Amino acid sequence: MEVATHVPQAAIRGNGVSFDQERLALEIKNLNFFYGNGFQGLKGIQLGIPEHKATAFIGPSGCGKSTLLRTLNRMYSLYPGQRAEGEILFYGKNILDPSVDVNLLRASIGMVFQKPTPFPMTIYENIAFGVRLYENLNKADMDERVEWALAKAALWGEVKDKLGQSGLSLSGGQQQRLCIARSVAVKPSILLLDEPTSALDPISTGKVEELVHELKRDYTIAIVTHNMQQAARVSDYTAYMYLGELIEFGATEELFFKPKRKETEDYITGRFG
Amino acid sequence: MYDKHLSSQFDNELNRVSSNVLELGGLVEMQIRQAIYALSEFSIEVADQVEKDEGRVNALELEIDRELSNIIARRQPTAIDLRLLLAISKATANLERVGDEAAKIARMVKRIIDSGKSRLLPTGELRHAADLAAQQLRRALDAFARLSVDDAVSVIRDDDQVDAEFDGFVRKLITYMMEDPRTISAALDLLTLAKAIERIGDHAKNIAEFIIYIVKGADVRHGALERVESLDR
Repeated sequence: MEVATHVPQAAIRGNGVSFDQERLALEIKNLNFFYGNGFQGLKGIQLGIPEHKATAFIGPSGCGKSTLLRTLNRMYSLYPGQRAEGEILFYGKNILDPSVDVNLLRASIGMVFQKPTPFPMTIYENIAFGVRLYENLNKADMDERVEWALAKAALWGEVKDKLGQSGLSLSGGQQQRLCIARSVAVKPSILLLDEPTSALDPISTGKVEELVHELKRDYTIAIVTHNMQQAARVSDYTAYMYLGELIEFGATEELFFKPKRKETEDYITGRFG
Repeated sequence: MYDKHLSSQFDNELNRVSSNVLELGGLVEMQIRQAIYALSEFSIEVADQVEKDEGRVNALELEIDRELSNIIARRQPTAIDLRLLLAISKATANLERVGDEAAKIARMVKRIIDSGKSRLLPTGELRHAADLAAQQLRRALDAFARLSVDDAVSVIRDDDQVDAEFDGFVRKLITYMMEDPRTISAALDLLTLAKAIERIGDHAKNIAEFIIYIVKGADVRHGALERVESLDR
């Protein structure tokens, strides 16, 4: 299997699981990405994203980590002229294939953005709105789903008495958890988090990070972050990217303790000039 | 060997704690040399000086520990920086123990002088072992200053020589004790002293092992040295 070249061969210390035993939720094969102006944003990316684990993407601004995340649910196709070549296998099915319905794809691979983006609706409707696009639930089932999703996002306790209030009335950290709840509500299998805490204070950040630990029991998580310590805290695997290339990918504890590549070591120790 | 950090303050902090470790190393090395001198010249004054220097060693150890916790708290070091700081923490503890051993030697020297039996015992051979141990420590500290894996490996390999000196000395001491039982009490002090020298060699070896840990990220304690050659970079 081609992906094997970027799969860490060493057993992951501590839990006795080796990567070879991981089931991959996504397999990225020779992925190239081009912006509308022809600039190549991703170059020959080969990577496996293991199921029910958190995989973090780190690297300096412009390295392609957010771009890579945006290819994983074809979010880029909202922009004319951008195109991806290669394969992204989602449990074996190539999502870059034009026949794939992007709306269904994005229900399976949800995304949460840097800035909280609640809809200008009630808290309840923020959750129910997305669910209605894919499922036809009666009132009782929808109530149950909204509570379930808010509970998953560790927000239920804080909002259960004000579900009728606007989502925009919540604090930044609550809004971000509302967005996570909204993604979770349609029961995706993968959650893409694009710098989910960069606009949040440390306490809210801590809550979202705690959530990542909880959510990966049920979902596969891919998280882009500018905060290296956050990647170290929340992820099982970390990918370091630079200038559109995947420089190193490995178990997080190995990458932060003894990276294989000097470029990675320079970046994570703050020697990047 | 490693590029500078974006934060020059971080570099300064790492340099300061590293040079404090080397200063501590120099201090305990001097203690050993003085203890050896006290042993060979039966000098109570020099032995007293070794014991007095313990205060400076302890103070420097505390300062290094304070700097380490400061850097870890403020910088959240990773990779090479993290390995360096962890190794410094352990190397510092080892150096402080070397200082303890040197003070122990000084105490034993004084007891042997007091016993009046000093001339009857083979102290000259201990000097050789002590020189060897002091040399091992010097080489380990040099290797630390340059982060040289090759030098560290040779320090680890040469520890056997110190151990062999110790074993040979113990055998010799036994023959002295059998020949003249009046020397037994002083000989036992000399045995403690010889053990202290052997321990200094062990601490030097430990420090050499931490250098490999810093550079290669590999833990070669407990006889995993063979793996060093197979490590990348």
